[in-house]
Amino acid sequence: MRQALAVARKDLLIEWRSRLLLVRVAPFALLVLVLFAVALDSEPLILRAAAGLVWLAMLFASLLVVQRSYAVETDDAAIDVLLTGAGEPGRVFLGKLLAAFVQLLVLAALLVVGAVVLYGAAVSGSRVVLLVTTMVTASLGLSGIGTLYGAAVANMTGKDSLLPLLAMPAAAPLLIAASRATEAAFGSQTIDTTAGWTWVALLAVFAVVFVSAGAAAFGTLVEADS
Amino acid sequence: MDDIGFIAASWVLTLGSIAALAVFTLRRAKRLAARVPDSAKPWL
Amino acid sequence: MTTAVAETDAAAGTGTAATRVIGVAALVVVAFVAVSALLLTPADAVQGDSVRIMYVHVPTAWVAYLAFVVTAVTSGISVARRHRTLGFDRVAGASAEVGVLFMAMTLVTGSLWGRLTWGTFWQWDPRLTTTLFLFVTYVGYLAVRNIDTDPQRRARRSAVLALLAVLEIPLVHFSVVLWRSLHQEASVLNLDGDVRLDDLMLFTLFAGVVGFTLVYAWLVMHRQRLAALGDAQGTVGLDAAIAARRAEASSVPTGVAARTKGA
Repeated sequence: MRQALAVARKDLLIEWRSRLLLVRVAPFALLVLVLFAVALDSEPLILRAAAGLVWLAMLFASLLVVQRSYAVETDDAAIDVLLTGAGEPGRVFLGKLLAAFVQLLVLAALLVVGAVVLYGAAVSGSRVVLLVTTMVTASLGLSGIGTLYGAAVANMTGKDSLLPLLAMPAAAPLLIAASRATEAAFGSQTIDTTAGWTWVALLAVFAVVFVSAGAAAFGTLVEADS
Repeated sequence: MDDIGFIAASWVLTLGSIAALAVFTLRRAKRLAARVPDSAKPWL
Repeated sequence: MTTAVAETDAAAGTGTAATRVIGVAALVVVAFVAVSALLLTPADAVQGDSVRIMYVHVPTAWVAYLAFVVTAVTSGISVARRHRTLGFDRVAGASAEVGVLFMAMTLVTGSLWGRLTWGTFWQWDPRLTTTLFLFVTYVGYLAVRNIDTDPQRRARRSAVLALLAVLEIPLVHFSVVLWRSLHQEASVLNLDGDVRLDDLMLFTLFAGVVGFTLVYAWLVMHRQRLAALGDAQGTVGLDAAIAARRAEASSVPTGVAARTKGA
């Protein structure tokens, strides 16, 4: 566990020093929200769609976060050094996942604020708990998916176009669940908070599945590159 | 009369694409087989 | 290594007695199914002639799912075994290639049939949506397979992806079922559910499944062997290059060799 935290700390330090998340990914994510509004051109429609749009923007932004997470390794085959140091590859995976999770959670918070400001979404009282839990579980699941498929394509030619092709179908159920849960949190007509919590339970299942599958498969995937 | 068009299209597309894959596979196999010694063909 | 060159006019390809038998059987059965589906069977009371698409849609759907299962199982075997795993990996790949084609055909024929019966090309029901996701997942799988040059690496990487797909697809299906249940659709519009089948129709449908499965088997056998040829060609090229370098090295004058050896 300590090794995983060490890997996470390294990734987050690299991110902190370069501030890529702040300077590039966050503005891109917010820009996506703006572009949605421009494309849909209807305030009531945008308000109804707010939850789904937030998570769509998250999906796109997560691709950037993951690509960055692996770019720092492949630049000098650093991942081999990491693997020898950490012992079990599962720990490296968990470390990278944790770092991605922190970044995605920050992005999620930013996008929700964006939806409140730009789209007029509102969250009140107890629904905040639902919203925060959704953000945490969905970000965890998304980090799992991204870190896993990121590892699968890490050293391949054309990895930048392969990652979306592989990760997005896997992320679709997460998109569905996170959007419905967030809709419930924003106070939609069709979904009440109980239904919202069912979706959160599903998100928790995804998180568990992808984190475990990732930890198990990471070794095989990364060894495939050497 | 849409019906006939769609029905024909379904059948033609399906059988056609299968035939195309078959022809393409056999042609490529013939080309490669010429360049590879028989020892590498365990099905023979 | 002269055998390779000498065989050019009579090079044995990927065909064997087995593929010839399966191939002929497949042709015969599919020909019968086509004739029966298009000419012999009656039109449906409700759907009219558009039901004739069913005879091609249902078998291709069946084969697409079969192919997916075969890819998953052979990938699992190729990961679990220690030796001689490349054969299983090649079958996994071949099955996925054929499966993707059949899945595309399932989606297209289903879409055309839906257009005729429901009036729309697409419905967001769980079965269709999951099939679409399965299709995209397999396109991705094949994209990854095509890039790896080393067979061992390719086998490991694609096996992981195939096993992940086995995990993902039920998740996708379940989420979509839950999602669509929110929309309270009046009974899922099932294309083949409303059709009443008489004996000839049933038999033709069954024959269709058999025939297309034979087609699948024929295609997978050939494509698996084609992949083996492709991999072998890679090695042959490599061996030839190594042999050429050795020949180069041994042609260096002995005086130089002796001096460098002593250094």
